Amino acid sequence: MNVFDITDLNLWYGKFQALQNINMSASEAEITALIGPSGCGKSTLLKTLNRMNDLVPGCRVTGSVCLSGMDIYGNLNVNDLRKRVGMVFQKPNPFPMSVYDNIAFGPRTHGVKSRYALDEAVENSLKAAAIWDEVKDRLRKSALGLSGGQQQRLCIARALAVKPEVLLLDEPTSALDPISTGKIEELLLELKNDYSIIIVTHNMQQATRISDQTAFFLLGEMIEYDSTEKIFSMPQDKRTEDYVTGRFG
Amino acid sequence: MKRISPSETFMAAITWAAALLTAGALLYIIGFILWRGVPYITPSLFAPVYNSINVSLLPALVSTVMMAVLSLSFALPLGIGAAVYLAEYARRGNRAVRLIRLAAETLAGIPSIVYGLFGMLFFVVWLGWDFSLLAGSCTLAIMILPLLLRSGEEALLSVPDSYREGSFALGAGKLRTVFRIVLPAAIPGVLAGVVLAVGRIAGETAALIYTAGTVAQIPPDVFASARTLSVHMYALSREGLHTNEGYATAVVLLLVVIGINVIAARIAGKIGGAHERV
Repeated sequence: MNVFDITDLNLWYGKFQALQNINMSASEAEITALIGPSGCGKSTLLKTLNRMNDLVPGCRVTGSVCLSGMDIYGNLNVNDLRKRVGMVFQKPNPFPMSVYDNIAFGPRTHGVKSRYALDEAVENSLKAAAIWDEVKDRLRKSALGLSGGQQQRLCIARALAVKPEVLLLDEPTSALDPISTGKIEELLLELKNDYSIIIVTHNMQQATRISDQTAFFLLGEMIEYDSTEKIFSMPQDKRTEDYVTGRFG
Repeated sequence: MKRISPSETFMAAITWAAALLTAGALLYIIGFILWRGVPYITPSLFAPVYNSINVSLLPALVSTVMMAVLSLSFALPLGIGAAVYLAEYARRGNRAVRLIRLAAETLAGIPSIVYGLFGMLFFVVWLGWDFSLLAGSCTLAIMILPLLLRSGEEALLSVPDSYREGSFALGAGKLRTVFRIVLPAAIPGVLAGVVLAVGRIAGETAALIYTAGTVAQIPPDVFASARTLSVHMYALSREGLHTNEGYATAVVLLLVVIGINVIAARIAGKIGGAHERV
């Protein structure tokens, strides 16, 4: 089953065309990696999947993006869409409040009020993000006191707390040290059993370590999309080969 | 090794002298007030009812607090509301935004006596509120509005966009994002504006003489006249009979203003502390 089907997607920021005729799909319970040099449109594509691009003035989209067969630029309420498609950003961005309130913010947004249900959601999400043991004694303390890696796992927990179907990650480890990066990669491999994951990464080793499918982007175009193994061992396109072998980018 | 030219030494001396003079002027004023005022701070100054024998400042002190609370309760919701519109809802560079900013800046530049005259004509005469706490606090509310708007807007704009993105990405709407995430994060900045506003209220005389009047009493209700500490000082020194008590009042006013600053800094530190601890 595909969670996302993208057909003839074009995107403009004002007059600049950032994405050109993208056609791809992402399968359920897999990790799909989007790679490519800076400015190739991979983050832009990620942001069209939960319509975060709506916030950018002058952004225009044509074509269709379907989430489980439903066009997300059609009648779907954008807040419902973002509940179903969670997102984790490049820089950890916990809210300036306690660990507990950070995680509870999402469920509260979607109407969960009972103390018991909130406690449970907080504990389950923190456990799922493999950070429960580190923060269980400091749930009431500010989330900004955590280390960068912990903050990023907290943000993953926060995204999981609204029970999304898909998790979008925009270079989630680029601001972290190798040990924190390792922990997050391990976590993602565990999470893919329950969630479909789409990750933008700058780091090709990361893509080979964790992803099942890889799409290579260049200058707003999708050059090649195949299983990660194929992309890195026998790419069909010369440009993909040049990039994955480190000849540019 | 390094040759310092005479002109450089001269300039350094000038800037040093300027700094010294600035600090000196402030210290001189504070010292002078303390020297003249402290000996006359007596228990009778804090008698609950003012008469020309005890020259009590307590009614003025209570009136000052009431005036500040009332003015802020009118101005704060308006100022923050407008700031939220400008910072979160209005599109940058929109014509209405420029108009509102221009209006706020103009309001900020008007001398306080003009506010006083406007307050008298509008609240006191036209609305028939007479010289009253209500007329005075409404006048002051208009006066501090630009200040609250400006500091509120700046506080909101300094909240990182990553908070907004994080909230939107969880499916929170605009309203929830603004009031649950952005506004709480902006509170220290808002409080800084409130402190400045309270300072202006405590220091204002011209706008109050013609709107709140000068009756030295603890106002029984908002339609009664009241004099704040500054107006009280003005009255005492104008009459010339109780100059020493005037200085004593100045000491109390100084302490009140410093006290408010310390409390606000504490509150801002407590709330802001949660943000800055990284």
